Formats: sequence, structure tokens, C-alpha cells
Amino acid sequence: MDITEAAHRDYATEAAAASARAIAAARREGLIDVAYDTVDTPFGPMLVAVTPKGLVRIAFQGEDFEDVLTDLAARLSPRVLEEPKATQAARRELDAFFAGRLRSFDLPLDWSLSSGFALRVRKATYRIPYGLTSSYGEVAAKAGNPRASRAAGNALGSNPIPIVVPCHRVLRTGGALGGYGGGLDMKTALLRLEAPML
Amino acid sequence: MDVRLPPFQTLLRDHAEEVYRFLAGMVGPRDADDCFQETVLAALRAYPGLRDATNLRGWMLTIAHSKAVDEHRARARRAVPVERVPERAVPGSNDGVALWDLVRDLPPKQRASVVHRYANELPYREIARILDVSEAAARQNVREGLKKLKEWV
Repeated sequence: MDITEAAHRDYATEAAAASARAIAAARREGLIDVAYDTVDTPFGPMLVAVTPKGLVRIAFQGEDFEDVLTDLAARLSPRVLEEPKATQAARRELDAFFAGRLRSFDLPLDWSLSSGFALRVRKATYRIPYGLTSSYGEVAAKAGNPRASRAAGNALGSNPIPIVVPCHRVLRTGGALGGYGGGLDMKTALLRLEAPML
Repeated sequence: MDVRLPPFQTLLRDHAEEVYRFLAGMVGPRDADDCFQETVLAALRAYPGLRDATNLRGWMLTIAHSKAVDEHRARARRAVPVERVPERAVPGSNDGVALWDLVRDLPPKQRASVVHRYANELPYREIARILDVSEAAARQNVREGLKKLKEWV
């Protein structure tokens, strides 16, 4: 009687398929608070996370996605699941943006990872039109404190929704690039994508 | 003390196969899918309120166990008194598979103990915790279960 042999059957395939079905059911029951997926972009894979309110987080490949998800679990809700359907709209708009076919994002946003001055800076940045640029001083002023350009830079350095909240459009006064979470090459490439004349 | 709950996806990644194997042992491969889904949904409902994140595997298995017991009760209610219908006729099915059919005829605690012990190789301490019995009782359950299986084979 070899009970262990039968018991040790590999259930990885069944478990994966059953997990996918259970996640779909969880979505129908409204039990997913943060849905995420990865999306391939010209700048490498990005992590996209949405809540029932809207897009909440985009992470670049330089960030450790596990850490990002752990942070979302701590700050929003631990009901974090990989669910492609909920992130579909966001992925589609990002694809179109990177292909140069989309100039303004239509997605609802979830601002709950932002508060106070940083929230106001990010919202001011969100309103900078496609193909145009602003400065850290200008967005600081729009956020209510013209002298806080350094704080504005920090708020954008930790922008939870880059690309869609276009911090790549914010430069130093005088036109120097400033910084970018995805690296300065990416910032340049994004500016070129939006304004090929640059 | 602040409880740091990992993303639920991590639990699923780390424990889905073990939970599935346990359920397949408990209710059979045909009903394992439904039970698995019930387990995940119940776990998700309770997860944000969980106050102890030290043994998430045990927690998932405890939920799976109660879902398997529910399923058994439901099946007993549905059951019509005919002789045992073979659960499957898998080509090349071996004695091991037939043996697992017999495992499912064990009384619930013995069945759960045998599955935890032999399908997932849980230590008796862990089995005791999941079934909320003493370690000695967990050992006893496994021993009794195996004895019955030997008689039936």
C-alpha cells in the first residue's frame, strides 16, 4: 500500500487553473481591492495596479514588484490579486500612449496614495497637456507654495502613477531635465514621443 | 501589535497547490475545484480582519478543511442509497488512486489527518493545530485511519 506515491501527485496545473477561476469569482463578488498585472512597454515591463476607484499605481521595472505589492497591501488592502481583466482598460491606454496614438488618458484615477502638498503637486502635474512642459517651481506654485520647488520635486520623485500623471513633463527652471524614476533616458524618450520636434 | 499581511496573491502562490492537494484527498478531484473556490472566497472575505499572520498556511488549510466538511455533509444529504459509484475510470489509474477513494470513506477527522500527513507531509503539531485537537489525538487519528485502510485494501 503506497499511500505517499498517490498523494504526491503533482497538482500544480490543477491548482493554477483553479486559482484563476477562483480569482475570477472573487472579482465578480467584489472581493478584490487591488488588482494588478504586468504590461510590456517599450521601457520594459511595468506593473499596473487598479482599485475599484481607478488606476492607483504604475511601477517601472527598476522597482521590485514584490516590494510594490507588499506596500500596496499595507497601505490600501491586503486583498491584492493578479487579475488581468480589471487592469485591461489601463493596459490598453498605456499601449496606445506608448504607440503615440493616445494624447490624454481617460482612466479614472485613485489618488489614495497621495495626500497634502504632494497630492496637490501631482494633480497640478496631471493637468499639464501632452507635448508641453512645466517646471518644479510652476507646479509648486499651482499646488499653493511657489517657493517649494524642491518639495514638488520630491512629490514627483515618488509619484505613484508616473506616465499617466506625467511627471516627465516637469523640468528644472531653465530647461534642464531634473530627475526621473525611470531614468533620464526614459524621460528624454517620453518627451520626444510627445513632441518629436524637441 | 501591527499585523503585516502579505498580498493575498502571495498566499495563493505559496499555498494553492497544497490546499488543492488536500482538497483532492478530502473530497476527490471532481469536487476539489468547487471546494477550492469556496476556500479562496472565504479566505478573501476574512483576510483583511485577520489578526495573526504567523501561520497563513495553517489558516488556509483550516478554511479548506471546513469547506471539505461542508461538501461532505452536502453530499450526504444529496446521496441516494445505491452502492458506491466509482468516482472515475481514469485510464491507467493505479492502486494508489483507488486507495485515495478509500481515504474519502474514512471518518472526517481521520480522513483529514491522513491527507494532511501523507499528501502534504505536515508535522503532527501542525495537523493538531489545524484540526484543533491535541498532537496525540492527531497521531491517533492517522494511526486509526491507516489501520482501517489496511483492513479495506
